[in-house]
Amino acid sequence: MRPLAILRRPFFWLIVLATIAFALVPLRGNNVELREELILAAIYITLASNLNLMIGYAGYVNFGNIVFFGLGGYVCIYLVNTLGWPLMLAALSGGAVVSLLAYLFGLGILRLRGAYFALATIGVNEAVSAFVSNFEPWGGASGIYMSIEAYQPLGGAMQALWTIYFMIVAVMGLSLVLSYAIKRSKFGLGLLAIGQNEDAALVLGVPAPRYKALVYSASAFLPAVAGALFFFKSAFIQPSDAFDLTLSIEAIVMVMLGGQGTVVGPALGAFVYEELRSTLLTTAALSSLQLVISGGLLLVIVLFLPGGLMGWVHRRWPGTARILE
Amino acid sequence: MRTLLEVVDLEKHFGGLAAVEGLSFSVHEGEILGLIGPNGAGKSTVFNLVNGVYPPDRGRVIFQDADITGLEPYRVARRGIARTHQIVQPLTTMTVLDNCVVGACFGRENLSLGRASEVALEVAAFVGLEDRLGDPAGQLTVAGKKRLELARALCARPLLLLLDEVLAGLNPTEIENMVGVIRRIRDQGISILIIEHVMQAIMSLSDRVIVLSSGRMLAEGSPAEVVNNPAVIEAYLGDPELAAKLHGKA
Amino acid sequence: MYGILASIIDGVLVGSVYGLAAMGLTLIWGVMDVINLAHGAMIVAGMFGVFLLTDSLGLPPYAAIGPTMVLGFFVGVLLYWIAVHRVIGRPALMSLLSTFSADMVLIGLGTAVWGTVLFNVPVSLPGITWRGYTFTGTHILAAVLTAVIAGGLYLFLNYARLGKAIRAVSDNREAAELAGIPTTQVLSLAFGLGVALACTSGALIATLFPFTVLSGGAYQLKSFVVTVLGGLGNPAGALFGGLALGLLEGLATPFIPVSWIPVIEFVVFVVVLIAAPRGLFNFRRRS
Repeated sequence: MRPLAILRRPFFWLIVLATIAFALVPLRGNNVELREELILAAIYITLASNLNLMIGYAGYVNFGNIVFFGLGGYVCIYLVNTLGWPLMLAALSGGAVVSLLAYLFGLGILRLRGAYFALATIGVNEAVSAFVSNFEPWGGASGIYMSIEAYQPLGGAMQALWTIYFMIVAVMGLSLVLSYAIKRSKFGLGLLAIGQNEDAALVLGVPAPRYKALVYSASAFLPAVAGALFFFKSAFIQPSDAFDLTLSIEAIVMVMLGGQGTVVGPALGAFVYEELRSTLLTTAALSSLQLVISGGLLLVIVLFLPGGLMGWVHRRWPGTARILE
Repeated sequence: MRTLLEVVDLEKHFGGLAAVEGLSFSVHEGEILGLIGPNGAGKSTVFNLVNGVYPPDRGRVIFQDADITGLEPYRVARRGIARTHQIVQPLTTMTVLDNCVVGACFGRENLSLGRASEVALEVAAFVGLEDRLGDPAGQLTVAGKKRLELARALCARPLLLLLDEVLAGLNPTEIENMVGVIRRIRDQGISILIIEHVMQAIMSLSDRVIVLSSGRMLAEGSPAEVVNNPAVIEAYLGDPELAAKLHGKA
Repeated sequence: MYGILASIIDGVLVGSVYGLAAMGLTLIWGVMDVINLAHGAMIVAGMFGVFLLTDSLGLPPYAAIGPTMVLGFFVGVLLYWIAVHRVIGRPALMSLLSTFSADMVLIGLGTAVWGTVLFNVPVSLPGITWRGYTFTGTHILAAVLTAVIAGGLYLFLNYARLGKAIRAVSDNREAAELAGIPTTQVLSLAFGLGVALACTSGALIATLFPFTVLSGGAYQLKSFVVTVLGGLGNPAGALFGGLALGLLEGLATPFIPVSWIPVIEFVVFVVVLIAAPRGLFNFRRRS
């Protein structure tokens, strides 16, 4: 699809409207608590949506997807703290650096098929985490504290938090648009063919090695920017938060729950999962069972509902497949 | 006639067993070259060597005067060689139309989505799948899947089409239908290298025939010449049913 | 000089146990093309099996290994029916996720019950001293037991009816089914066997080092590295791969801080996967 053709599709405007609504909701009554919740929701939706490019389109499970998020955070904080760069530039640079690294790394690591690739991605996350933990210029295992002066160019801490909120919501919106644009493009068609049957796709002429590296790289950019913004907001970053394998896995659960391969699915899955999690976390007894419940949920989905919620919706009401992709 | 594809001294071993050995032949522009031989003779391996699925241990593959030996399958496809598989490989959850669009997008002409859709519609109608465009490919009958496999390859607008047992599993009416389609494909200027066991079909379709046995070329010539070749008959005596068909029907 | 040699020998002794763990993983992988991501949880299960048997029943540690192996087998069969059976024919993605979720559930339950505290099974055996270096008795006995079990596995796979059935199903499931072998049953038993091996390795590790509910992850990683070194579905290769990894660790420990070892192992893992996907110790040539 030609780049501007997407403007003619109603679903695109649906995404735009939803994103704007999302951004405006906490403004009413200056609802800071709601804003904080929505920041987390936006982050999850960003992570899940971009992860879906790998899982749902190309059919490759990136277990270690959180490494993009964490590295983006580290690059940004380093640029802001040590080199005094403004936030926007530092965040975008974080995204650029991480997706470039992902492309180069992807060319090698994506030679591994399916399961081998999945395991290797865990390795990448663990290796980067271990490396950063031992890397003194980036604070080693204790992490980096960002100086509060960094908030000044944004008009002070209070104002900055709102600005960052809007930026994160924008990143979320872009993730959904990117997901949709790729799905409707020739590139996306090639990815879907790879996901169905990579050998057949190769024989049909799909340049699989290049496409896989590209989608791996594309799936890294926005999570890296999201990480940059998130950790800037937190003013603190450490390896255990940045490369949290649990969150990485939860992103997979969100994608599978909502419906891999669809645009709405990961967002829906992130939303439902997050609701589920916050409800469960309130009961102290259940909070220690968080992993158990996530795991159980994933197992049930894989065994009985591999298309996720959107898969079920599309089967039950076939018309929706064209409106809610 | 110009030579489109030339295979020189091709050799491939699998764990000590020679699947193909010292094989040389050419496909000329506009011809249908039949490739026959008993089971296990190495015919599908030849296809895999030509379109880059396996690199040969020795020998060369030359297409349109360019050396494409060992080139990755997607690059070979881009140069204009398309192929169907003995065991069909539909992109199962994608629609029939989308399957064809993939073929059109990533084939020789590297079309955009829009143009590819147009080509896909044309080709689907050509093979008779116009009623099943919206169906998931996995739901087609065997005959339907074979037609889809063929359509997908044609969508790439190839110069050379490799057909691997495209008639297997079809009933006589379907076979007759398919043979007609293959003739019309050649009439459009596409050269064809076809592996088949349905003797009557391949003998009537082919301009020339080469016979493979245990990875080596046994005979080469017109269908009539090959069918009366004693060495060929002997090779097929290992497969008496096929030998009878060979001699009785062709 | 002898210090390094002693470290290497000790590494190889411990490495044999890694090989045992990997044998379980590679068996399952080779037979049914399923990568058991609950492998780590199974190793931990073995550790806790020994702990519970010695702690509550007062069994001597080495006597607890047998029952743990048997229990592991049954847990494995159960795990097959719950998480693996339905996803056998489907894309690899599905079995990866199903076994992974099983792992999440089990480890989650484990942390809920036992927290992340260190556990220890007190064992003391006289060691062997050589040129001033002592090789702990537990390490030596663990290696010996591994050798015995590996030998038993070899005999089983090659001479026992079920073992041969497993190899038949592994080679060609359809053909085995046509030959009258109840392939689904065989798959579940093979899975149980693979898990039993994992549990046994955990049981042995419990006699060597202290452990927590979360220890499984590190040993699962080592199992994957070993499996890849030894070649997919090749138990003998897994054993040699384990020895090789043990050797590598023995060589590295005097020089490199412990926290870097997992990183190095992962690098080895990825490099071997890309450069030698059939494994370094694959004596069997399969095309």
